[in-house]
Amino acid sequence: MKGSDLKIKNLSKSFGDTQVLKNISFRVKKGELFSILGPSGCGKTTLLRIIGGFEDPDEGRILMDNQDILELAPNKRGVNTIFQNYALFPHLSVYENIAFPLRIKKYTDGEIKEEVERYLVLARLQDHIRKYPSQLSGGQKQRVAIARALVNQPNILLLDEPLSALDAKLRQHMLIELDSIHDDVGITFIYVTHDQQEAMSVSDYMAVMNKGEILQVGTPSEIYEKPVNAFVADFIGETNFIEGKVTEVGETTGRISVEGLGVLTVDKDCPINVGDRVKLTIRPEKIRITKKEPVFATNPEQFNVIKGKVDEVIYTGFQSKFFVKVNAKYLFRLIKQHVKYYLDEAPISWKDEVFIWWNCDDSYLVEVSAS
Amino acid sequence: MRKNYGKLYTAPVLLWLTVFFVIPGLIIVVFSFLKKGLYGGVVWKFSMEAYRALFQPAFLKVVLVTVYISVVSTFLTLLLSIPVAYFIARSKAKNILLLLIIIPFWTNFLIRIFAWIAILGNNGFLNHFFISIGLFPDYIQLLYNQYAVILVTVYTNLPYAILPLYVNVEKFDFSLLEAARDLGATKSQAIFRIFLPNIKVGIITAIIFTFIPALGSYAIPQLVGGADSYMVGNIIARELTINRNWPLASSMSVILTLVTTVAILFFVNMKPGRTMTRTAVQAKAKV
Repeated sequence: MKGSDLKIKNLSKSFGDTQVLKNISFRVKKGELFSILGPSGCGKTTLLRIIGGFEDPDEGRILMDNQDILELAPNKRGVNTIFQNYALFPHLSVYENIAFPLRIKKYTDGEIKEEVERYLVLARLQDHIRKYPSQLSGGQKQRVAIARALVNQPNILLLDEPLSALDAKLRQHMLIELDSIHDDVGITFIYVTHDQQEAMSVSDYMAVMNKGEILQVGTPSEIYEKPVNAFVADFIGETNFIEGKVTEVGETTGRISVEGLGVLTVDKDCPINVGDRVKLTIRPEKIRITKKEPVFATNPEQFNVIKGKVDEVIYTGFQSKFFVKVNAKYLFRLIKQHVKYYLDEAPISWKDEVFIWWNCDDSYLVEVSAS
Repeated sequence: MRKNYGKLYTAPVLLWLTVFFVIPGLIIVVFSFLKKGLYGGVVWKFSMEAYRALFQPAFLKVVLVTVYISVVSTFLTLLLSIPVAYFIARSKAKNILLLLIIIPFWTNFLIRIFAWIAILGNNGFLNHFFISIGLFPDYIQLLYNQYAVILVTVYTNLPYAILPLYVNVEKFDFSLLEAARDLGATKSQAIFRIFLPNIKVGIITAIIFTFIPALGSYAIPQLVGGADSYMVGNIIARELTINRNWPLASSMSVILTLVTTVAILFFVNMKPGRTMTRTAVQAKAKV
C-alpha cells in the first residue's frame, strides 16, 4: 500500500442557513496520521463525509495526489471510512465482512482467502472468523471495521470518532493498536475526534476546528504550547488565562499590569506595544508551588511570584492538582508532580498560604488587541 | 410458588379455535372420504371417489392457475412494497404515510373490489378516459381476465406486505449502505448484497401474508376474473353450491389446506435465516 497526499482547498458547505464549513484549507502529507479535532457540531464529521464522498461541498476542491476527486463516486476514490458505529454487516460473518470489498471486486475465492487472512492476522481476529457482528465485543468490532477498510487497500483511511463507543480502558488500548496498524500499513490516516488526548497521543499533525473553521494546524506540541487563540488553548488541555494591559516593552520581555495580581513579566511571543490589552495562557504543569517564598539565583526578573491560598487539593498519587485562590478573584489551577516519596514530605494542604511562581518563558501570549 | 395461570388464560382462545376451526376442519376431512348424497350432503359410506376425481386435468389446471396467479401477484406486491416501505421508513412523515396505507381498510373489502369494477369496466372510468382522449376507438376488455385478478389481488395485498416490510426497513441501519458504497459497492450492489438480506425477515413475512391468502382467493376471481382465472376457491364453491358434491368440495379443501400448510412451513423455515442456523451449527460444533 502506498498512501496519498491530500489537499483540501477552500471547502465550504451549508445545510440550509447554517454554514457548517467555512473556507477550509489544509494539506495532509502522504503516510501521515492527521487528526481533525473539534467540539461536537464543529463540522468535522461533515468534512470527513465530503472527503469520503457522501456529501458534496458547495465550494472548494479536494486534491488527492494532485487529482481532483470531488467528481468521483465514493467507491472510486481510494478512500475508505471507519464509521463511528463501525457499520459492520450484521448478516455476514467476520470473514465475509472483511471479504466484502474483494467480492465486489470479483476476486477469486483463493485470492480472497489469502487477502482476508492477511488482514485477520493484522487485526488479531483469527479466532473470530466465523462469528457474526452481534457476537463480538466493541474492540473486536472495531478491529473488523479496520480490517475491512484496509483490505480494500485504500490510499487514505478516514476514521470518524472510531473509539467513541468504547470504554476508557479499551480506548487506550485500541489507540495504541491503531497507531501500530498505521505504522504497519503506512497509508495516510485522517482521524476525526473530539477527544484532545486521543488526538494528541497518535497524531503527526492535527487541525483544530471550531464552528466550521480551522483555527490551527500543527504538530500536537506546537498546538499545545503555541495556541493561536484562547479557544485553542482552552480546548487543548487545561490552562489558566490572565488578562492585562501592557505597561512596559523590553527587548525580549514585557511587563503587564493585571487587576488583582499586580505587574507580571511576559515573554514577547508576538509584537506588543504599551497600552495593548493581552491575554496570557499558562499551563497548570508549568506553575510551581511552595510554602516558602522562592529565591532566584539567576534572572529573578524573569519570574512571576504570586501569593495565594490553597482552595482545594486533588491528590492522585503521582501528582496533585491545586486550586489556588489569589485576592478572591483569581483561581489558579496548577499541577505538582510527586517526584519524591510523598509521605516524607510536608505536603501542602487545604487553606495553606502558598507562593505560586513561574518563569515568564513558560507562559504564552495568546491574544493581543491594540488599544 | 406462584401458580401458573398461563394455561387458564389461553382457554377462551383454545375453546374458540376448537369449536370454529378444528371441528369444522375435521368435518371437512371426514366428508372428503364419504360418498356424495343425491341432493347435496353426504352418504355415510367410505369412499375415495372424491380424491380420484381430483386427478382430472381440468382440476389440475385450476391448481396450476391458482399457484401461478398467487406467485405472480406475490412477486408484484413485493416489487411494489419494498420501495414504498423504504420510502416510508426514511420519510419524516412516517405516521401520516402509515395511516394512508391503513385507510383502505376503512372501506369494506367487497366494496373496494366493486370500485375496481367501476374503474376497469367496459363503461368504466379508464375506458371512458381512453376513448375521450382518442387513444382507442372503442372500449377494451380490462375486466374478467387473469390480469384483472392479479391487479386487484396485488392492490388488496399491498398493505399486508408494506406493513411487515416497513417494520424491518425501519430497523435497518442505513449507514450500512454508505459503508457498502465506501467499500466499493455500486448502489445496486449495496441494495442487493446489504439491504435486501438484512430485511429478509420482513420479506418472508410479507410473502406469507400475501401468498397464502392469494392461494385461497375466492371473491376476487369470482368478481373480476374470467374463464382463465378460475381458482381453487371458486371450484370449491361451485362443487358445494351448484354441483352439490360435498365430498369433492371437501377433498379439494383438504388439498388446498395441505398446499397452504406446506407453503407456510417452507417460508417459516426460511425465516430464521442462514445466519442463525449457521451460528447454531457453530455453537454445537464448539460443545
